[in-house]
Amino acid sequence: MGFLTGLAWLVAIVIGVIAIGWTFRAFTVAISPKPLAKELRTAPLTASFGMVIILIYIIVAIFAPAIAPFSETEIVGREYEPWDDTFLLGTDNLGRDMLSRLIYAARNTVGIAFITTALAFILGSVAGLLAATVGGWIDQLLSRAVDVLMAIPALIFALLLLTIVGTSIINMILVIALIDSTRVFRLARAVAMNIVVMDYVEAAKLRGEGLWRLISREILPNALAPLVAEFGLRFCFVFLTISALSFLGLGIQPPTADWGSMVRDNATLMTFGDITPLLPAGAIALLTVCVNWVVDWQLHRASGLKE
Amino acid sequence: MSTDSKEVLLTMKDLRIEGRADEAWLEIVKGVDLTLHRGEVLGLIGESGAGKSTIGLAAMGFARDGCRISGGEIMFDGIDMRASSESELRSLRGRRIAYVAQSAAASFNPAHKLIDQYSEAPVQHGVMARSEAEGDATDLYRRMQLPNPDEIGFRYPHQVSGGQLQRAMTAMAMACRPDLIIFDEPTTALDVTTQIEVLAAIRNIVEQFNTAAIYITHDLAVVAQMADKIKVLLKGEEVEEADTPTMLSAPKEDYTKSLWAVRSHMREEQPPVRDSTPIVAVRNVTAGYGPIDVLKDVSFDIHQRRTVAVVGESGSGKSTTARVITGLLPPRRGEVLFNGEALPADYRKRSREQLRHAQMIYQMADTALNPKLRLRELIGRPAQMYLGLQGKQLEDRIRNLLDLIELEPDDYIDRLPSELSGGQKQRIGIARALAAEPQFIICDEVTSALDQLVAEGILKLLDKLQTEFDLAYMFITHDLATVRAIADEVVVMKEGMVVEQGPKSEMFQPPHDPYTELLLSSVPEMDPNWLTELLEKRAAAG
Repeated sequence: MGFLTGLAWLVAIVIGVIAIGWTFRAFTVAISPKPLAKELRTAPLTASFGMVIILIYIIVAIFAPAIAPFSETEIVGREYEPWDDTFLLGTDNLGRDMLSRLIYAARNTVGIAFITTALAFILGSVAGLLAATVGGWIDQLLSRAVDVLMAIPALIFALLLLTIVGTSIINMILVIALIDSTRVFRLARAVAMNIVVMDYVEAAKLRGEGLWRLISREILPNALAPLVAEFGLRFCFVFLTISALSFLGLGIQPPTADWGSMVRDNATLMTFGDITPLLPAGAIALLTVCVNWVVDWQLHRASGLKE
Repeated sequence: MSTDSKEVLLTMKDLRIEGRADEAWLEIVKGVDLTLHRGEVLGLIGESGAGKSTIGLAAMGFARDGCRISGGEIMFDGIDMRASSESELRSLRGRRIAYVAQSAAASFNPAHKLIDQYSEAPVQHGVMARSEAEGDATDLYRRMQLPNPDEIGFRYPHQVSGGQLQRAMTAMAMACRPDLIIFDEPTTALDVTTQIEVLAAIRNIVEQFNTAAIYITHDLAVVAQMADKIKVLLKGEEVEEADTPTMLSAPKEDYTKSLWAVRSHMREEQPPVRDSTPIVAVRNVTAGYGPIDVLKDVSFDIHQRRTVAVVGESGSGKSTTARVITGLLPPRRGEVLFNGEALPADYRKRSREQLRHAQMIYQMADTALNPKLRLRELIGRPAQMYLGLQGKQLEDRIRNLLDLIELEPDDYIDRLPSELSGGQKQRIGIARALAAEPQFIICDEVTSALDQLVAEGILKLLDKLQTEFDLAYMFITHDLATVRAIADEVVVMKEGMVVEQGPKSEMFQPPHDPYTELLLSSVPEMDPNWLTELLEKRAAAG
């Protein structure tokens, strides 16, 4: 019986995903201007569904105070209250409303992860493209510096840096961005190396183009596809790093809500067969999958791959 | 070339092959018939996209990824290839039908010795034991006139030259003594001097074993030497088929005639300029990479409105000369003068004006155009940068340039390079060079990646632009037919040195330097007896 119910749920979810994806695609195609509509029509249902979910996350994050029934930090009831009409998803280990904290955490976790990844990418790809284009001692300097950074285990290095500079959200963003940018640097440099030797880059150099123009118009557009794919992956890893740091007490500080620490704080409930602590984990998983679906589609389009 | 045995080996009837493009199947071979007898060599010729290779592969019952054989019948020695299962086909391939690819260097597995790769097919098919196969390999290597046949099989592919590799691959195809070999442009990637050796070896071995062959090429002169009969293809359809001598002397269709006439473009040679300052003068240049000198004491002049062709086989230093002139490779000794003034050796130290006046057109238009930029920016950028054109003026200039290269501005201005054909891409390369309004253009093998008809169009265009804008060209090529068509002066290079230089009319008249003689005599001619006669002549000369 349990198996059958599970199967029914699975089928329902798959149908739901397809339906939502299809509806969203049809809707956006209808309301977009022509060139954009043509692009959107190529979106597979998975990517379309991914876009819906990402859109929902964004809306929730922006309008968190308006949507959430209670405040993020206020203790509104007893500890670990079950799901009922007032507390739709119950309360946590201190008696704060679970749903409200989930909603606020979207803002904190997603926002921080996004800013961190974006920063890591700007830093890593600019340095990587520069190293590949200029070569010589600049390449040596940057590459060896990155080697040194990568030689130290990421989490331990992050802990070390955070203890030195002090724990705050800004510092955490900067530290994770720096560590992550080394991985981006390696990728960007490797990809750009293959592009720098192309004739059109040589032609641009002989034309007397400056360094910035070489990187931004000749090399970057051709290196974008693998970088975008890496962005999707890195974005998810940043979640994990933030959760790990929060767990160790150096990440997002209480009482600020974030999905990683919410899992840890309420983990006790799982032993009683309650799925509430899994909801923040599910929120991370869903976003991760959706981001990657959208990235996959973009990658497929940019690379011109056929099946 | 024996056609005495009249047993039919391969027939194709109304063969249709489709390729997948954007969700739809597109017919690329549209009902071709073909009959091949035992021991007969059929030449398949046509431009790229004519379906030559696709038909060649179909003879093995194979279609490339994204393609399917959608109709018609393929009978090989009584076996219906379309009805055969994959395992039946596999037992035929390599044993009774073999394939020789265009680039032997890319087709050999670099991790295994030649003889291991040779033995694979015969051992796999159970034709020979490994030890027999090795002895047989040595025998075939000897018949293919490879140097050190006893020892060459124990080398890795990268230790063997391109021409030798191509012969080793033909020997490998012969390993199981197949009834049919498909040669897909086996000499296209080779120099003329190496091509001769490979052609002679292939023809020799096909005759010795009375093997039937399909010889695919776009070079008419080559096919004239190799084939008993020729089939001309155009866009997946047969244009005509006839015996080689008939086909060469009396082609019926207009398209075939136009192919035959391709090499007719010939420019009047301009009289040499003696007293004025040359636009570009290369003076005693010695240059190289690492400890090796690739160029040794190279000197020549290029005058206004003149075309200087630099010829030689690969590795002779032609492209290195271009790199020295453009400043990508500063020379160890010597200098490059531009209108009498010495140019800084490094391009980074040259002024914008100096860069503007020396432009370059590349061999591979595919890699020379940024695939992410639209033509508007590709062509417009030099005009914007060097001449400071903006807005309406720039737009007009781009349209004007597109007009010059004979592309309709409204249709093309917003296209990406991927939306152009090979010849159109090369035209964009020309427009980009012109946009700078230069005095001098280096053309690096600009036509060697193109079909003959398209190449002809490019040469005519370059010619027209030269008179219109008083351009000086340096034309790097290994194709002497191109030299004949477009050059005023010729510089022959070998191993980094200038062997001979002078006006075209003198270069094509004896007496020659021995190397020039070898180059000139190696260019295939349309006469079907050319190869035989040449080989006899060379043998007689010792």
